[in-house]
Amino acid sequence: MVDVNHFKDRFKQLQSASPDGQIARIRLKGFDTFSKTGLPAPRNEEWKYTSISGLFNDKEYHFAADDGQPVFTRSDLDAIRLPGHQGANELVFVNGWFMPMLSAIRSPDDQLTVLPLEDAAKGIYKKQIKEHLGQSSRYIKDGIHALNTSFIYGGVFIHVAKRRELQYPVYLYHLSDAREHHTLCQPRSLIYMEEGSKMQLVETFKTIGTSDSFTNQVMEIVVNNNALIEYYKIQNDAANASQVSTTHIRQIGRGYAHAVTITLNGGIIRNNMNLILEAAGNEAHLYGLYMLKGHTHADNHTLVDNREPGCLSNQLYKGIVDDNATGVFNGKIMVQPQAQKTNAYQSNKNILLSDNAGINTKPQLEIFADDVKCSHGCTVGQLDETALFYLRTRGIPIENARAMLLEAFTEDILDQVKPKLLRKHVKQLIREHLSIKK
Amino acid sequence: MLSIKNIHAAIEGKQILNGINLEIKPGEVHAIMGPNGSGKSTLALVLAGREEYEITQGMVTFSGKDLLEMSPEDRAREGLFIAFQYPVEIPGVSTTNFIKTAVNEKRKYHGQEALDAVAFLKLMKEKMALVNMDQSLLSRSINEGFSGGEKKRNEIFQMAMLEPKLAILDETDSGLDIDALRVVAKGVNELRHKDRAILIITHYQRLLDYLQPDFVHVLYNGRIVRSGGKELALELEEKGYDFIKDEIGLTAGVQAGIN
Repeated sequence: MVDVNHFKDRFKQLQSASPDGQIARIRLKGFDTFSKTGLPAPRNEEWKYTSISGLFNDKEYHFAADDGQPVFTRSDLDAIRLPGHQGANELVFVNGWFMPMLSAIRSPDDQLTVLPLEDAAKGIYKKQIKEHLGQSSRYIKDGIHALNTSFIYGGVFIHVAKRRELQYPVYLYHLSDAREHHTLCQPRSLIYMEEGSKMQLVETFKTIGTSDSFTNQVMEIVVNNNALIEYYKIQNDAANASQVSTTHIRQIGRGYAHAVTITLNGGIIRNNMNLILEAAGNEAHLYGLYMLKGHTHADNHTLVDNREPGCLSNQLYKGIVDDNATGVFNGKIMVQPQAQKTNAYQSNKNILLSDNAGINTKPQLEIFADDVKCSHGCTVGQLDETALFYLRTRGIPIENARAMLLEAFTEDILDQVKPKLLRKHVKQLIREHLSIKK
Repeated sequence: MLSIKNIHAAIEGKQILNGINLEIKPGEVHAIMGPNGSGKSTLALVLAGREEYEITQGMVTFSGKDLLEMSPEDRAREGLFIAFQYPVEIPGVSTTNFIKTAVNEKRKYHGQEALDAVAFLKLMKEKMALVNMDQSLLSRSINEGFSGGEKKRNEIFQMAMLEPKLAILDETDSGLDIDALRVVAKGVNELRHKDRAILIITHYQRLLDYLQPDFVHVLYNGRIVRSGGKELALELEEKGYDFIKDEIGLTAGVQAGIN
């Protein structure tokens, strides 16, 4: 069992050290929820197939605050930097805290503002913080989400100015220091896209050291009219690096969101991808690829909440599950009574490569309007034997033939990674994962 | 080159091949004909190494090696090629990349260097011309959205690229109109070579008009019941398969009478 008291002491420390009004109030609410609910148990329908309470058994995680400012060298950082970083804004988080000193903002001030959340709450962005930080708690009421909210500190606020299209993408690097202790990281961010703005956002995670890390992340993205967000999450961390990663995109104006989640390696991974379409005519595309082996468990929960008429959303998640790995896809589409003319599509396709691998896939459509087009579909299968045989009859060895077919299966998701350099990088990661030599 | 001795094969417990014997020498063109369900395609797939078939008896040697012991990929790299009746569509794998991999895997197997991009491109252009294949097909996924004729041409194109010792053409004529048939047949004819044998599996005479086999065999109930020259094909075309069935029935009857 998780010792709530352990967190309680921590929480009290944080509240007394940092009693800033707005954020402290949000934390307090979060901790209330956490104290009541604790960590989600399998009896919670949303957590039926993913158990994270085991990650806290007989284990004490260090918080960022325990070590003061953990020091990473440039070379530690270089190990995680993504291609194209010379032309990117690089935001570094260490153990869940945003580190301005290690970060580099390359876009001009009139396009992009990056501030510690605490600073943003006091300055000219006070209003945005007040209105939008913590909104996700209305949608996710479980304890793990509340735990992040209880400890909002050291987070980041990202603001993209009106009608500015960022030429440089924003890269978020999350480093966990697990060299001496098991580490708990709880990054928090609020991203505000003004009207007509555009941004490509990429994030990736790296645990340094051999102890366990657990990242419990919440990111809230607010998209205004005509704004466009492209969001890429790449999860390729150590086998004992687990995470719950919640991305919450609210399209409060008629905007556009394009999100791709690539999951390759890790321990227990839970992604909550929530799209809240709060304005008429919104458009959102969600893609995911999970390629799991060993004992990795990856759970992709999506929510597309159509709250206004005429929104279009499309979801395609694909998975290849091998060894003892397990995957979960839970795709929820809500169509509220006023959201007529909704178009919402969802598809989940899986290939199982071993008898011990497993997948649980579940579409969940809750439709309260009568003039809508919604569809969903899921498949679970094995590699196409006929195709495999065809390749082999041309002299291609079975391992290579298999890899070719699996790589082909990933192709349509890879195509959704729009930045060229990043796509090349992800392709390479996929090929390495499939043991394809160059 | 290929020696099939008393092959028996079954799938899901059902016996399909009941003792096939066939010898093929380099440079020869053989045709196997037979009614539906006689076991023609099974024979082709057994030779190519499809694992669903169980070989219950017999043996096959290919260039002196035990063919049935080899994996499908090794058979291919030893020089066996099969042009499929229904070439499979493989979305996401580009035709060029696939053929390049296949050619270089074969070269590697024979201790040769991989072809560089320029040499490969040159070879492809040359072989594509053999079957009038449109270059745009190469950048597409394997057979995806190809017409029936394009798929069959792609098979012969691959045969040209891989330069097999023995090519098995499984109902390559099926689904082709006269023009496409002519193009495919022309391609195959240009690939005839004194060191290369071809085994044509077909239901009809029409492909054989173009390919002029040296030997024609009739397969019936999983067994070769008649062999002859190309005139046998003409006879079949004229009289239909029933005359073979009658003949066999007769023989069986005579045998029964003797016994």
